[in-house]
Amino acid sequence: MASVEHSDGQTLSGGEEVRRRDFINIAAVSFAGIGAVAVVVPLIDQMNPSADVLALASTEVDLSAIQPGQAIKTTFRSQPLFVRHLTPKEIAEADKVDPSTLRDPQTLEERTVDGKKQWLVTMGVCTHLGCVPLGAGEGENKGEYGGYFCPCHGSSYDTAARIRKGPAPKNLEVPEFAFTSDTAILVG
Amino acid sequence: MVRIGAFFVGLFFAGWLLVSFLMGAVAYVAEPPQPTVEHEFHLAPKHVSFSFEGPFGTYDRRQLQRGFQVFKEVCSACHSLKFVAFRDLEALGYNEAEVKAIAKQWAIKTPDVDPATGEMSTRDPVPADHFPKPFANNVAAAAANNNAIPPDLSLMTKARHHGSAYVYSLITGYRNQQGYRNEDGKELLKEFPDARTPEGLHFNPYFANLNLAMAPPLTADGQVTYGDGTKPTVDQMAQDVAAFLTWTAEPKLENRRRAGLATIVFLLIATGLAYMAYQNIWADKKKAA
Amino acid sequence: MSFPWAEHYTPKHPVMQWMDEKLPLPRLVYNAVGAGYPVPRNLNYFWNFGVLAGLALVIQIVTGIIMAMHYGANDLVAFATVEQTMRDVNSGWLMRYAHANGASFFFIVVYLHIFRGLFYGSYKAPREMVWLLGLVIFLLMMATAFMGYVLPWGQMSYWGAKVITGLFGAIPVVGEPIQTWLLGGFAPGNASLNRFFSLHFLLPFVIAGVIILHIWALHIPGSSNPTGVEVKGPQDTVPFHPYYTAKDGFGAGVFLILFSIMLFYAPNYLGHPDNYIEANPLSTPAHIVPEWYFWPFYAILRAFTVDFFFVPAKLLGVLAMFASILLLFFLPWLDNSPVRSGNYRPVFKKFFLILVIDVLILGYCGGAPAEEPYVMISQVAAAYYFAHFLIILPLISRFEKPLPLPGSITESVLHRHSIKGEQDALPGMGADPQPSNAG
Repeated sequence: MASVEHSDGQTLSGGEEVRRRDFINIAAVSFAGIGAVAVVVPLIDQMNPSADVLALASTEVDLSAIQPGQAIKTTFRSQPLFVRHLTPKEIAEADKVDPSTLRDPQTLEERTVDGKKQWLVTMGVCTHLGCVPLGAGEGENKGEYGGYFCPCHGSSYDTAARIRKGPAPKNLEVPEFAFTSDTAILVG
Repeated sequence: MVRIGAFFVGLFFAGWLLVSFLMGAVAYVAEPPQPTVEHEFHLAPKHVSFSFEGPFGTYDRRQLQRGFQVFKEVCSACHSLKFVAFRDLEALGYNEAEVKAIAKQWAIKTPDVDPATGEMSTRDPVPADHFPKPFANNVAAAAANNNAIPPDLSLMTKARHHGSAYVYSLITGYRNQQGYRNEDGKELLKEFPDARTPEGLHFNPYFANLNLAMAPPLTADGQVTYGDGTKPTVDQMAQDVAAFLTWTAEPKLENRRRAGLATIVFLLIATGLAYMAYQNIWADKKKAA
Repeated sequence: MSFPWAEHYTPKHPVMQWMDEKLPLPRLVYNAVGAGYPVPRNLNYFWNFGVLAGLALVIQIVTGIIMAMHYGANDLVAFATVEQTMRDVNSGWLMRYAHANGASFFFIVVYLHIFRGLFYGSYKAPREMVWLLGLVIFLLMMATAFMGYVLPWGQMSYWGAKVITGLFGAIPVVGEPIQTWLLGGFAPGNASLNRFFSLHFLLPFVIAGVIILHIWALHIPGSSNPTGVEVKGPQDTVPFHPYYTAKDGFGAGVFLILFSIMLFYAPNYLGHPDNYIEANPLSTPAHIVPEWYFWPFYAILRAFTVDFFFVPAKLLGVLAMFASILLLFFLPWLDNSPVRSGNYRPVFKKFFLILVIDVLILGYCGGAPAEEPYVMISQVAAAYYFAHFLIILPLISRFEKPLPLPGSITESVLHRHSIKGEQDALPGMGADPQPSNAG
């Protein structure tokens, strides 16, 4: 910025003066730079979820109408949420598997709340590329492991919604949730 | 050529404007415009002081809570507040549980679809909901209110000049039209016998056309019982609800003023430096060629 | 470009040399707003407003793109989405207020820029094209601002759209079909809102394009200056960078301070309360006015109250309003005084002052209710406006005796400094540690 001024000053006056002038020019440009960066902060922040979106970030689910063997699809943060009431047989099938043989080793206990092992709450989002797996609706293809089956690229999940076959790298995600009563949960 | 054309166009426009002016002036002198009743008797909002005035003013949280209480117990029966959500009340100093309770106990319910039957139904509001409207639509609102639709109050203080003072003045400004005189001592019904307030309307000199459909909403001291021990006079309640409606219209006022102070201080320093850099760079050129 | 002594772009860094061979964009910038553009050394602060207008456009485009991210161009939700932006979007209130007040500040600096050009004769040969392109930018700005004001879909938005499109309805025979076509309906509605949004988004980029042409046309003869005397040699100019970048940096700081005061402490001062009421096709606000920057033109529109034989007053008003802007396109040929700067034109200077006051009066009347005495005042003021440009200016340029002009820009600068009692140092002797504030 100060190239012209600098060359003139250097030949004509003491170094002290030049340094003082340079300092002011550099300070002025730096302040402009700081200001520009500070302005960028709100410009970026405005794209984060707004207050009304965040306010809808938790979902209450009533479990009383879900019979064993049934599942419901609801939404949590605008994405599908599967709530499944496991039958004793499905629990037994899930427990039978040795976790160390799995791609994403987890037991059913680790994926459910203590003492409420029959309630499997997962996101309905395939961990491969985000499709919605089948299996929560009545009569849908549950895949060869009896849990969920993603039609996009053929990932199969077992009765604990753990990945067993296909390209998906992880088990279906279990969101944070808590029981607010015996028949209701609050997700998020 | 251009100049000759321009001369005639200019002569035409300027000439015809002066003709119009003369005709207007003659008419003005011959028949001076009659003062209207609004012109003579409408009053500008009263002077009232609020904590949020001035560049560094902030909201008084206790006053906002009191104002909210007045809104809840008086205004909300007819007026909607559709751009405000219950969750916004946390800014008034209520905690999450209190907001949840306020929403749940709100007298008007949120419209919803019955998940079992698909029929229209209602449910208790939750914090994420906006304040439910007291009337389903404008037709219902007009039918229930003698053909006047109570306006939404979310933005009322920004939708009127000097809105906070206006709301306060309007609520406390009802007068008896019989024998009402303005500051010049002119009596309204003597000057404008035709301007008698029609049946079903209410005379209020702070309202634009002087006749307001809304009946006086705050009629007696103690109409609301404040929890914080403030004496609920009509004047106090009117001020509190005006403050509350200022907040509903401009909830980010405090953020805005804080951000403004930081921005302006920064800019003053930066501009000072820019001025010094400018003088530096020009120092040699200013002296000689 | 312009002068043979302009500094040449010589990239030192190999990357920049490579770049210069393949795509000489840095060279273009260097020659346009860098050290490669020699500028008269005597520009005063009125020459800051071009750069400030550019800054204002950038602010509008950035905040506008962000507003569009949160806006719903649909008559059922438009008002609510703007409110949601104000309340729920992170820093949304800042973006909205910056965009609304930014429009006002854009017009403030552009008006100062235009009046600078009017006073210093910047529209005269050889810079006619710069002036004409500037007027095109001004017209595009007006269209953009009008359509932007419709988008929040408040009462003023709605009734503004109705009244302004109604101007076209004044045209005989084809007027009403044109109005209906503009609105996509018989009154402003969803179709109008959508097309206004689309065009409001598009036009700023068209403006940016015309600004490039405006600067291009400016660089052919080079910038004008307060004396109006053309540049005679290298001693008359300084490189744009760092001299005028530094000055514009300071100007931008002052601009941003004033803008921030408005934006953070009086964001609704220039707006109208009625626009915080949702559009209601069944109820007109008591007092419809456009935004302040249209007031002078609105006053001219309303000044015509008497039919001229078979021409209705309404049509006359519309014609006069458009004429009031279009006549500026003829200005380079209306005023053919050989002297550019108003500083050396004693008679012109007086009438220029009257014009400034006249436009301010027109602005005041345009913002006032359509009642007496404002209509009568605006009739006289509008008459002067037309007379000034179409009759008085051509006559002055014919009969006025200008003051003697300085021999060169440098001479005028030296003259000013010697008046102030400063020593005329020899070239290259200016290393006095006390920086001078002169000029």
